[in-house]
Amino acid sequence: MRLFLDFEKPIAELESRIEDLRRLDGNKTDNGLNISEEVSRLQKKADKLLKETYKKLSPWQKVQVARHPDRPHFEDIEKYLLEDFMPLAGDRGFAEDHAIVGGLAKFRGTSVMVISHEKGRETEERLKHNFGMARPEGYRKAQRLMDMADRFKLPVLSFVDTPGAYPGVGAEQRGQAEAIARSIEKCLSIKVPFISTIVGEGGSGGAIALAASNVVLMLEHSVYSVISPEGCASILWRSSDYAKQAAEALKMTSEDLLELKVIDEIITEPVGGAHRDKAKTLQDLGNVIEKSLKSLVNYDGQQLKSHRREKFLKMGRDFN
Amino acid sequence: MNWISNYVRPKIQALVQKSDVPENLWVPCGNCGKMVFHRDLERNAQVCPHCEHHMKLDVISRLESLFDDGKYKTINMPEVEADPLKFKDKKKYPERLKDARSKTKRDDVIVAGLGKIGGRKAVVAAFDFKFMGGSMGMAVGEAIVKAAETAVVQNAAFIVVPASGGARMQEGILSLMQMSRTTIGVDMVKEAGLPYIVILTDPTTGGVSASFAMLGDIQIAEPGSLVCFAGARVIEETIREKLPEGFQRAEYLLDHGMVDMVVHRKDIPSTIGKILDHLMN
Ligand SMILES: [Zn+2]
Repeated sequence: MRLFLDFEKPIAELESRIEDLRRLDGNKTDNGLNISEEVSRLQKKADKLLKETYKKLSPWQKVQVARHPDRPHFEDIEKYLLEDFMPLAGDRGFAEDHAIVGGLAKFRGTSVMVISHEKGRETEERLKHNFGMARPEGYRKAQRLMDMADRFKLPVLSFVDTPGAYPGVGAEQRGQAEAIARSIEKCLSIKVPFISTIVGEGGSGGAIALAASNVVLMLEHSVYSVISPEGCASILWRSSDYAKQAAEALKMTSEDLLELKVIDEIITEPVGGAHRDKAKTLQDLGNVIEKSLKSLVNYDGQQLKSHRREKFLKMGRDFN
Repeated sequence: MNWISNYVRPKIQALVQKSDVPENLWVPCGNCGKMVFHRDLERNAQVCPHCEHHMKLDVISRLESLFDDGKYKTINMPEVEADPLKFKDKKKYPERLKDARSKTKRDDVIVAGLGKIGGRKAVVAAFDFKFMGGSMGMAVGEAIVKAAETAVVQNAAFIVVPASGGARMQEGILSLMQMSRTTIGVDMVKEAGLPYIVILTDPTTGGVSASFAMLGDIQIAEPGSLVCFAGARVIEETIREKLPEGFQRAEYLLDHGMVDMVVHRKDIPSTIGKILDHLMN
């Protein structure tokens, strides 16, 4: 069963009519209409509508796509991009945080360190992964893994998909702010190639904590922002009803961020979004990651660190 | 260096601001509720003489209170793109900026100075909370980087005094990027072997606390100041957890290992002097 978003309703209706007709299994209908002709006519109409809808998604619609329950998650990344993934657990201080998954893997023949948010899909899984909202332990585990990558000269690949860092009593008690700050500091200090990809939601500090990297990529319909549109609306408009306006004002789409020179490249998604063809989306992403790693091959450790610094220091200085 | 603009102007500004206050003004203490004569508050660095509650200290008084004899050279800040997103909510961002500038007579949040503390060279970058809640956008990021670079060039300690609600939403993703840019700034100071000290004041939250403000070699907090990542309201709304007493206050952070010490405002300059004596020998 495919899940449709609100703005996809007309497409959903067409596709369910197609399903119904297919179930009639090639028989002629009462009025003599040829079913397979009707199916292909409707299919064309649905395809066209889907294409048109996705060609001009509004920022708020992109937020919905980025949060789609079937969006590629870490399990898909593992399936289509990695071999022999070996998860590594724990921050060595307090707990294992399932909101951030990490470990060793092969990416197209090369050993890499992988660090990724995981939101979970079914209810039970979502609770286990805390909807992708990490606690301090998650960011501390990330720091530990980045240190290990640095020590063994492994490139780091990070995948970002989080509504934000978890706002809870325990998280605050154990130093959420400090954990995020140190994670950013670690990202900026390691002397290995570091490529990050915003896969779904790039939510604020919880996202940049894993994305202060040499190359920042974004899937076409993912979003990356300092605050959720709902949060921004409730502060600046005094009502979360203005989330749509906030999504536009915040300039959180991949096109906007490329223009602002905050990200390096956009990975085009299949018509209808990454969830309609995860294999294709992630193959394309893999190609860009491979190309990005190659572009850094001649940098030594110190140069990789300087490259990262210069990249971030330049941001916002060169608009004119 | 232009002596007049760099050294005298801040003093004059401070005088002008002070004389704006009517002579007979009494201020209620936010903690004990007692009325305090404003001259007494000024003499006491805005600390209530009845209950020691630390009220907000304006940014110029802050710099004067930290530097030896109140003397320092203001560090000129780079100009930044004013409205990169062309942001508009109920009001246009340039209008909000204009209002904040006319209210505070400042271009943006941070004022930084170079001087001496306990006889040792130091750069202090302090936040003006009155300027859009001390929010961090491009200007704050550039100011931290510039102040950090000055500390490195001058072989001076770097001291930051944050007071901020967090990121400036009107600058969107670019405000988020300041978390990494400011971190680069303070790491340059650390790599130069110079001390980086943070004085956490009320409030220090969000993207500011989750970046340079938590990365000090030594973390000092003023008594009672609120220091957190997520605000109490957000936590209560998200998870409906009851918040413990004194949650996210300086003393709570001390108990939970997040700061080195909680220090009364009047003792902060001498504390920093002692720290620099140990670390810059
Ligand atoms: Zn009082």
